[in-house]
Amino acid sequence: MTVQPRAEAFQKNAVVVSNLRRAYGERSVIDHLNLVIGQGEFVVLLGESGCGKTTLLRALAGLDPVQGGTIEVPGRPAVVFQEHRLLPWETLWRNVTLGLRAGDARARAAAALGEVGLGDRLDDWPRNLSGGQAQRVALARALVQEPKLLLLDEPFAALDALTRLRMHGLVKDLVARHQPGVLLVTHDVDEAIRLGDRILVMRDGVIAAEHRLTPDQDVAAARAELLSELGVSVGNEK
Amino acid sequence: MSVTTEFAATEGRTYSSAPLPGIRLGQNGLVALSWLVPVLLLIVWEGLARFGWIEPHLLPAPSKVALTAYKLTVSGTLLHDLAVSLLRAAVGFAIGGGIGFALGTLVGFSRIAEAFIDRSVQMVRAIPFLAVLPLVIVWLGVGEGQKIFLVALGVAFPIYVNTTLGIRQVDPKLVELGRVQGLSNWELIARIVLPGALPSILTGVRFSLATAWLALVVAETIGAQAGLGFLALDAREFLRTDVIVLTVIIYAMIGVAADSLARLLERRLLKWHPNYGAGR
Repeated sequence: MTVQPRAEAFQKNAVVVSNLRRAYGERSVIDHLNLVIGQGEFVVLLGESGCGKTTLLRALAGLDPVQGGTIEVPGRPAVVFQEHRLLPWETLWRNVTLGLRAGDARARAAAALGEVGLGDRLDDWPRNLSGGQAQRVALARALVQEPKLLLLDEPFAALDALTRLRMHGLVKDLVARHQPGVLLVTHDVDEAIRLGDRILVMRDGVIAAEHRLTPDQDVAAARAELLSELGVSVGNEK
Repeated sequence: MSVTTEFAATEGRTYSSAPLPGIRLGQNGLVALSWLVPVLLLIVWEGLARFGWIEPHLLPAPSKVALTAYKLTVSGTLLHDLAVSLLRAAVGFAIGGGIGFALGTLVGFSRIAEAFIDRSVQMVRAIPFLAVLPLVIVWLGVGEGQKIFLVALGVAFPIYVNTTLGIRQVDPKLVELGRVQGLSNWELIARIVLPGALPSILTGVRFSLATAWLALVVAETIGAQAGLGFLALDAREFLRTDVIVLTVIIYAMIGVAADSLARLLERRLLKWHPNYGAGR
């Protein structure tokens, strides 16, 4: 009886986190946190350094053990890290299909690399890529697995400003096409407003504030509010 | 102000690449120059031997050594002894390298294996492997076993040390990525850990090739019935210095060939690596 609704919920939800607790010794980094991300929903997690946002992402990725609560993810989540983490000894298509269990791996890699604009570089080596290109390959490697949940851990932080803006557009398009639930961890408020359907502000291991963005959003007001929640005063600039 | 004037002063300066005024050599010229001294020495040696300045039974003329090489090759003795020596080196290398690689992999992956194995290996490694030669002769006699054992002993340690080191130096972030991508333990080892450790392992191979050769020279000098060392030893009985010089030269040539082989392996297997890859 209880199994049925849960299975149904999986079709709509990319991840259900309830009562999650993660601690180093006595100190709780994540304290009884609840979070649901829907299929196709783009959630941005904002917060200062050390607030626990990367810890949450790593827990969702299954990289760190948790001390309490449950995380329910359909299938295996895909992760894009701040560094591209491409294997330097394998060609791009082999990198993209790392861990992929499919007979037509090369064809899938070609399609995925095509989606990020590198369809003609299948047999090239990672060392010949720029930072932005490498991060695009990392994105292709995540999406080729057709994940229900895509975890992005500050993937644009190391890129220059122009490349970052192009990456924002690319990620937005790809998420719209593949419809995974997305959790993007960042400390860039403008990035959060540009990409997020929903913005969460994390503080001291809990979600301190939540904003749903609408298409006719007053961007300046949202920005000021988010910054004040992050403890940055912008009032005296005018 | 002073900064800008300094800039102006350096702007007009030109640098010349010629090492000496008036002499310019291309790449080929430099290669030719590097061979000048060895060739001159060879000519002087030949001349001194020809005109009787050096006793032939102390050091024969280079032409005599070349003639001996030709005669021994035609009679088949040289090739037979060379084959015997190479086989010993290869078998010893395979055994020692295999053991070194297996133990190195084990210790590289497991802290428990490290605690259990590493101290003992390091203790044995502290012994200069040629020092155990008398003991090895007592254990194994002076047959093939003793020679192969000595080569294997010399080879095992460089490979062990570099394999362990290479595995430890693999970027943990890439291992983490492998886990995220759902690789099994075997896939993780085959696609991330061993390729990442390969540059270090190949350095170990290069070191151990040199050691293997040294071990063989020493081992073959004692009670061999065939092989290059036997050839030299046998020649000593009859004061055939031309044969002795020939074996020394062959030892040197094989050492060079082994090193080139190792470097070829590096270029092939590490073509992705910016420091080794040929196809940049």
